[in-house]
Amino acid sequence: MTNGTEDLDNLIALMAKLPGLGPRSARRAVLHLIKKRSLVLLPLADVMQRVGATVRECLNCGNVCTTDICDICSADKRATGQIAVVEDVADLWAMERAQVFKGRYHVLGGTLSALDAIGPDELRIPKLIDRIKTENITEVILALGATIDGQTTAHYIADQLPGITVTSLAQGVPVGGELDYLDDGTITAALNARKAL
Amino acid sequence: MIEWRSEAALLSTRPFGENSVIIEVFSASHGRHAGVVRGGTSRKVAPILQPGAQLSVAWKARLDSHLGSFTVEPIRSRAAVAMGDRLALAGLNAVCSLLAMVLPEREAHAPLYDRTIALLDLLGQSDVWPLAYLRWEQALLEEMGFGLDLSACAVRGVNEELIYVSPKSGRAVSREAAGEWADRMLALPEVLAGKGDASNDEILRALGTTGYFIEHRLIKGLGDRPMPGARARLLDAIARVK
Repeated sequence: MTNGTEDLDNLIALMAKLPGLGPRSARRAVLHLIKKRSLVLLPLADVMQRVGATVRECLNCGNVCTTDICDICSADKRATGQIAVVEDVADLWAMERAQVFKGRYHVLGGTLSALDAIGPDELRIPKLIDRIKTENITEVILALGATIDGQTTAHYIADQLPGITVTSLAQGVPVGGELDYLDDGTITAALNARKAL
Repeated sequence: MIEWRSEAALLSTRPFGENSVIIEVFSASHGRHAGVVRGGTSRKVAPILQPGAQLSVAWKARLDSHLGSFTVEPIRSRAAVAMGDRLALAGLNAVCSLLAMVLPEREAHAPLYDRTIALLDLLGQSDVWPLAYLRWEQALLEEMGFGLDLSACAVRGVNEELIYVSPKSGRAVSREAAGEWADRMLALPEVLAGKGDASNDEILRALGTTGYFIEHRLIKGLGDRPMPGARARLLDAIARVK
């Protein structure tokens, strides 16, 4: 089915490839963009063109940015000696949203996976070891998922870092969570990580 | 519509589309079996789908040759036990990756399923787990048709001083019979034959022998695929438990 011109069809087809969108919702989005031409469409096109030309991975931590070194790595006040190791950029952004962690990050780009044959060489683990040697790191916080692959990766990294304080995020009852709704694995983890009051 | 329901251990998951995953399970009656779980990436379902989890699965497809879809309900999660223990985690990965690699698809192996569940139930008991894992690898070889015969010397028929395993036949060889071929033989620690010292060092020696047959008999038959790295990490974890 045609939607006017070939360019519009192409735009809809490309939008439909985005996560969460299908052909129908892509058509709605494109119509919305056309209606808000000056307010949304043109600024969006402009920003996308600029980002497309400049976006890259930070050479230091693997974060996405538009310069060789990202803002977090280049900020002197974030040189706290702590480095949080995360699986991918979405996790880094989640940590930044919480505005609690004041140190720097290292994005691994995935986790070790026995079944997908993803080994240490496929991740940015050698770069992490280099950074620990050169950036006066005193604590490595393993902020990896509470999954089998995430924790396998955490144990592997901990083994590679003798002499450094290595910690990991706690696992257990989420804020606002009720025990009745938790799975038995989470309750086991929470009980194992209980703390004195 | 073809349907069946069974208990199964989850071996692997991989993404399929935006919200679904393809899982591989190992059940007593249907062996290694794949299928789609719709909504498998959701917050509700994703925590259930961790390797090693014991599930109640219902599979259905229009034709038997189709991939089909699973609905899953948790019976027992093993992730929490494994995640806090380096050896358990390495063990769980090794078991799941070996099964996912060497089991033929849709072929029942009920005895091996029972052995696997028994092994997974021992996760977290680091004093007995390495020996249980060794016995499981022996059972895996047996079930796949490459069992080791350690009852008597393959050359002379004697059952004294059996200290080697022939890499060709998988049968025991005595010290005397090995002669000048001794350096080409694999080690036969007593623990492999079900007796003697079951220290971790001896278990590692025995795993070296079973590993040879897994690599050169089971995996070699599947094409040029390497031994899963998870097994090497398990051996490393056992070596650290002193």
